[in-house]
Amino acid sequence: MLVIQGLTRRFGAATAVDNLSLEIPRGAFVGVIGRSGAGKSTLLRMINRLQDPSEGQILWQGQDITTLRGAELLAWRARCAMVFQQFNLSPRLDVLTNVLVGRLHHVPTWRALLRMWPQADRAIALSALEQFGMGTLAAQAAGQLSGGQQQRVALARALVQEPEIILADEPVASLDPRNAEMVMQALADINQRYGITVLCNLHSLDLARRYCTRLVGLAHGRLVFDDVPAALTDAVAQSLYGIEARDVMDSPPPALPDGFAAAVA
Amino acid sequence: MSQALPLLPAAQLAPLLAAYARSRRAVFWRGLLVAACLVAGSLASGWMAEVDLGKFGKHIGGFFSYFDRLTRLEGGGGRVWTDPGEWFWGLRPWLVQLGDTVLMAYAGTLFGALGGFCLAVLGAANLVQNQPLRWGAKRLAEFCRTVPDLVFALLFVIAFGLGPLPGVMALAIHSLGALGKQNSELVENIDMKPVEGAIAAGASWVAMVRFAVLPQILPGFLSYSLLRFEINVRGAAVLGFVGAGGIGQDLIEAVRKFYYNDVAALLVLIILTVVVIDTLTGLLRRRLLEAR
Ligand SMILES: Nc1ncnc2c1ncn2[C@@H]1O[C@H](COP(=O)(O)OP(=O)(O)O)[C@@H](O)[C@H]1O
Ligand SMILES: [Mg+2]
Repeated sequence: MLVIQGLTRRFGAATAVDNLSLEIPRGAFVGVIGRSGAGKSTLLRMINRLQDPSEGQILWQGQDITTLRGAELLAWRARCAMVFQQFNLSPRLDVLTNVLVGRLHHVPTWRALLRMWPQADRAIALSALEQFGMGTLAAQAAGQLSGGQQQRVALARALVQEPEIILADEPVASLDPRNAEMVMQALADINQRYGITVLCNLHSLDLARRYCTRLVGLAHGRLVFDDVPAALTDAVAQSLYGIEARDVMDSPPPALPDGFAAAVA
Repeated sequence: MSQALPLLPAAQLAPLLAAYARSRRAVFWRGLLVAACLVAGSLASGWMAEVDLGKFGKHIGGFFSYFDRLTRLEGGGGRVWTDPGEWFWGLRPWLVQLGDTVLMAYAGTLFGALGGFCLAVLGAANLVQNQPLRWGAKRLAEFCRTVPDLVFALLFVIAFGLGPLPGVMALAIHSLGALGKQNSELVENIDMKPVEGAIAAGASWVAMVRFAVLPQILPGFLSYSLLRFEINVRGAAVLGFVGAGGIGQDLIEAVRKFYYNDVAALLVLIILTVVVIDTLTGLLRRRLLEAR
């Protein structure tokens, strides 16, 4: 179980995450929603310890994550995989090596540095790729793939870490609708098949409603919503997103103001 | 477009235009200041170096007559190129010395490139949190590239004796400094997304450098190292002047003993070698830049 207590992160005078407390049981698929700047990324990055909290605690299975250092910190990161909006692969490295980066914690360092990966780990990485229909692209440079393909490589990298929790920071925000569905489906499969907890920042409420079992809403770094997706009525969404609401609910965009429309026409 | 674009009211427009004009003026004055500094600097340096155009005119003739002596066969007769066999009488030992020179440059560049890569990564603010370590790496690289390789060679010849070893060490240390600087620019401009990707997956610092930094800077790193090899071949040719091995030792001896034809032959050999090396490394570097 993931327990967050009084978590706060400040950047200078601004407070990105403000006294946040949350409990997430193992195996859940939780969506984190809120307008941009609400503190969603900062929350996930603190759980992976890419950023350090200013105050508060994060506990996983009773272990305090916020004080980990050195080898213990690396071990925690291996157990807590991260998926990014921009995929964060090494574009020049081939696809399989990118996936094998997720195996670093399971492989002796000298073997990894010389790229003498054990056969068993290569097999694991290739199987993970093939699970997402990407086995034949193993030798391609990752930077040459489409966005959807790169995100599936990143998912494979996360999966071969054999993590207990996956943190996904707007994993589909850079993808077209078809690829977005594919990646969300893959995340849901991973969640169901392996029982891996998923914490996923989402911009689209439609995707959040369909894939998540629970939604957590942030505004100005504070927790303002925590319930099942069905409880997220349009009125609640309106209060969460304000002017952005139409955008995230996949309605047509608001009309341009009169003067401007006339000028463009 | 059937209608004109809407204009801001004059009250809003005027301050924006004024602010723009102000910043343009600042750019103009800054440009003028730089130009003035350049002119003043060149006048000052001319005065310092006692550049005297009259003196230059008087002695330029001496310079050309030295070249005349260089190319006139010493045993009497015509120009050196009328008897190449006589001119290049020492071709075999000279070629051996030239080979030594290129090898010195090669070894110096190799060690310098490895060290320079390490210093660049250790000194990069985006990869290393430890400020004293970063500071140390930067200052070390600075020191290594500020002292000319000829000075290092002189010191090492005194410490280790004559021969190519002090030459290689001098080139390696100077290259380490220069490449440390150039590579640090590469490292500090990398895309940090792959770095975060590797760290988030639990990669150790070394593994992160291997899988997220090295692939990004490799073409630039190799290109700079080749350029440094080119420079080191030229550098190695004169290291022999202070007894640090290579063809320079033959050249300085020929100059001192007034073996005019040998001086000419050695100069031709050195220039040819440098041209060949420059062409080859240039070709390789172009291929690398295309791969970027
Ligand atoms: N590294 C940083 N330095 C300064 N401010 C930051 C940094 N990261 C995030 N912030 C600020 O913290 C707030 C929350 O950002 P973020 O967590 O990225 O929001 P979200 O992911 O919900 O869009 C924003 O106001 C942002 O400007
Ligand atoms: Mg974000």
